[in-house]
Amino acid sequence: MGHFFSYIVEPGLLSSGPVLTALLVGTVVAVTSGVVGVLTVIRGQSFAGHSLADVATTGGAGAFLAGLNQFWGFLLAGVAGAAIMELIGVQRRRGRDVATGVVLGAALGAAALFLYLGTQTSSTTGASFTILFGSMFVISPDTVPALIASGVLALAVVAVLSRVLLLTSLSPELAAARGVPVRAVGIGYLVALAVSVSLSAVVIGAVLSTALLIGPAATALRIAKRPTRAMAAAALIGTAATWLGILLSYDSHYWPPSGHGWPVSFFVVALVVAGYLLSYAWRPGRRARRRRARAEAGAEAAAADREEPACSPA
Amino acid sequence: MTPQPEALLRLENIGVRLGGRQILTGVSFMVAPGQFTGLIGPNGAGKTTLLRVILGLTPPTEGRVLLNGSPRPRSGGRLIGYVPQKLAIDQDVPLRARDVVGLGIDGHKFGFPLPSASRRQRITEALQAVGAESYADARIGELSGGEQQRVLIAHALIGQPKLLLLDEPLANLDLKSEQGIVSVLARLAREQRIAVLISAHDMNPLMRETDTVVYVAAGRAAAGRTDEIIRSEVLSALYGSQVDVLHVHGRVLVIAGDEQQEPQAHHPAETGIVVGPGTGRG
Repeated sequence: MGHFFSYIVEPGLLSSGPVLTALLVGTVVAVTSGVVGVLTVIRGQSFAGHSLADVATTGGAGAFLAGLNQFWGFLLAGVAGAAIMELIGVQRRRGRDVATGVVLGAALGAAALFLYLGTQTSSTTGASFTILFGSMFVISPDTVPALIASGVLALAVVAVLSRVLLLTSLSPELAAARGVPVRAVGIGYLVALAVSVSLSAVVIGAVLSTALLIGPAATALRIAKRPTRAMAAAALIGTAATWLGILLSYDSHYWPPSGHGWPVSFFVVALVVAGYLLSYAWRPGRRARRRRARAEAGAEAAAADREEPACSPA
Repeated sequence: MTPQPEALLRLENIGVRLGGRQILTGVSFMVAPGQFTGLIGPNGAGKTTLLRVILGLTPPTEGRVLLNGSPRPRSGGRLIGYVPQKLAIDQDVPLRARDVVGLGIDGHKFGFPLPSASRRQRITEALQAVGAESYADARIGELSGGEQQRVLIAHALIGQPKLLLLDEPLANLDLKSEQGIVSVLARLAREQRIAVLISAHDMNPLMRETDTVVYVAAGRAAAGRTDEIIRSEVLSALYGSQVDVLHVHGRVLVIAGDEQQEPQAHHPAETGIVVGPGTGRG
């Protein structure tokens, strides 16, 4: 990975093939993650995202052991994981976290075994790091079309399902009463989530993949008032973090310990977190103003009744 | 039952068995256009199941549901507008009240919504009809329970239903919001001839506006004019045990005369209905 860091001048950035590939793939992944991520946060399914990331880690490690491209391992395991989650009813019933947690422990354990065996046989120690934490500069150009196609597919699924997903997240009962096939829609969304997590795993690694999914989305949701704008904002924030991350990683060749360069994943994740913290600096003023306005309107009683659990007859 | 051609909704001898348990038995009633009906009963009596049967979410094991004289379509059609009791979203969800109402137009369809002037106009009108225009641009999660109910009624209303079904819309509301919601519903029934079927465990907030009542207890129901149903003999027969109906300062108190008394009224201070646990043996 160090070979193109060997002589670095700023203009070299955009003439480097791996950097261009990284910028292109990074953009596709950031946009997909941002859009899917907003729906994930709205649906309260961040945990499902994390679960799929863990399962994808196993898939990536398995693909490495089998000598296949890691993306296919991520994708296959992610989609399989989504299917299993649907079968055990993670979306429908709360309280399945424990079972999910146990399965995920096993999945990561298997990943550890695959990575160990893989590094024993192929003696490429960098592979473990690439699978767990990603490396945008070693994406092989022949997987780029598949990555772009997957991103477009996930975006298309979300575009088709967006309204129905919003209605379902508002009230599953209401959606069902309106004739929405709630379960089928949930499966479609999970597949889009699995694809998105797999893409993200290629860029910043399986372990960190949800950072690009949840971080920009959470930030965007603090700023934007409408779902479409939140999606656009999340896509922009994710893209900005990815591009800046690539730039900084490229520059970090000069940073101590000199001659190595810091991993892109670190910069991307750090920038995402920084953005999220910045959004807190942005929102409190607005919040407080609105709260004051509402208090004047005499909404305290209403706020109190919201905390009370609903008594719904069986 | 004598067939009446003007019935908008008719339930004929509905029985529901879920997981080996008989939830409802022999429930029959009808709702006419513009009629304001209270679906009253203690918690766990089967009110929600009955609403789910009407919505087509729970298939009845016996009997049938007729909408406008024909069996209800599988998809529910646009005849029924449904208002769920509670929203399942966090405060930070970026949906404004106006977006929630917009989902009432096309939330069940695939694809992206296209903004248009007429769409915006319809949304504004629906919000005005329920008196929610002042918080049209606020996030739905930041609204109070009563405000959310109004927005949800607007959401149901925008599909131009003939029947509004509301699941415990008054639960957890303060007195003022309660009255506000009831008067909005009564106005819709009166002015737009929309039939309203509203479930509640306390009938008192509804008393002034409801024409008819469907009283559900122990899986069975009695339907008719409020003064015909809310009587000791009728409710005693329904519960299968002695029940007293008291009128105190214009309020109705239903008291189970059985051994274990467990008040279930929501506002103990201004007790509406007090009933014992459903002691009926079917």
